[in-house]
Amino acid sequence: MRTSDLIAAMAADAGTPPARLGRTFALALALAVVGAALVFAVKLGPRPDVVDALGTVRFPFKFAVTGAFAAAAALLALRLARPGASPRGGALAFLAAVALLGAGVLAELSATPGATWAPRLVGHNWLVCLINVPVLSAIPLAALLIALRRGAPASPRLAGAVAGVLAGAIGATFYAAHCPDDSPLFVAVWYTLAVAIVATAGAVAGSRLLRW
Amino acid sequence: MNERELDWATWMRAAEAGDTRAYRRLLDELSVFLRRVVRRRGGFGVDDAEVEDVVQEALLAIHLKRGTWDPAQPVGPWVATIARNKLTDALRRRGRRIAVPIEDVEEMLAAPQEEDGLSAHETDRLLSVLKGRQHDVVRSISLEGADIRATATKLGMTEGAVRVALHRGLSALSVAYRSFRE
Repeated sequence: MRTSDLIAAMAADAGTPPARLGRTFALALALAVVGAALVFAVKLGPRPDVVDALGTVRFPFKFAVTGAFAAAAALLALRLARPGASPRGGALAFLAAVALLGAGVLAELSATPGATWAPRLVGHNWLVCLINVPVLSAIPLAALLIALRRGAPASPRLAGAVAGVLAGAIGATFYAAHCPDDSPLFVAVWYTLAVAIVATAGAVAGSRLLRW
Repeated sequence: MNERELDWATWMRAAEAGDTRAYRRLLDELSVFLRRVVRRRGGFGVDDAEVEDVVQEALLAIHLKRGTWDPAQPVGPWVATIARNKLTDALRRRGRRIAVPIEDVEEMLAAPQEEDGLSAHETDRLLSVLKGRQHDVVRSISLEGADIRATATKLGMTEGAVRVALHRGLSALSVAYRSFRE
């Protein structure tokens, strides 16, 4: 087939305009939040002392961390899916989220006696955390991967992994309202591990679903 | 953004608003640009038909993924990145066939730069992969040069059905390229 013939076919197809990636992604993000919220409402619900907890430092800090990771991953995922867009801003935002979590860990280490570190790190509910964060993240991950199929990432695996971090951070944000463990030490270990599980699932799924 | 890219961005927006002529002009220019990129980056030992295969694969990707272009973004780097990714795949796929005899270098330097009559191998093969209506419609509009309305009349379909079959057919062509790789 001559290239000019193929161009004729594509020009004739111009009447079917494509959905914009940014718009599709924003819609998927909204669906992801709603989906996680529904599962949260049905399965977990907030912890009993949630109102009092809001007055503390550590409980709101969990949302700052998960929110920062979600925002960074959203920015990065969109950039990775868009050919020619620089992922630099997203990568920097990601480092900022890591730094925020690191600062929280350092503050916790300096504010609390060494003997309490181990119980703070182990917490009450690490297994529940490792199970529930991925459960809450399942709908978000599916929605985000479907949206990213409209994208054209240079590395489908990496884009899938970042989508997994985003889904995991959304799941973790809801889980944080249920979880009784507020120490940054707990968050740094178990939340990170739980999100890493979702990111791995995203990478595996992405390497198949996001090829183009 | 240089002048050429401003043109491209303008045509891209016009195409989005349904201007087929502007879109055609854009694709024509992009194919010349892509051919140059593929020849340069593909190295020697890639014959014209193979170059054209990659050009067509990249054009299809640009067409199907044009929703990833952000109007605030220059068109050039967007196109170049898609082309590079497709070229990387294509070279990997053809990896073993690429050799660099010096005669080819000389031949390429002397090769005529005819830009329109170039034909690709794979799309012909791929076109035969398409089934039923998709095959008929893509064939009618590409090889036979009919428009949507004429194709609809000839095949006894509605124009809407022709549009759908065309779009799905082009998507299927792109998928077929990809599966050839594995």
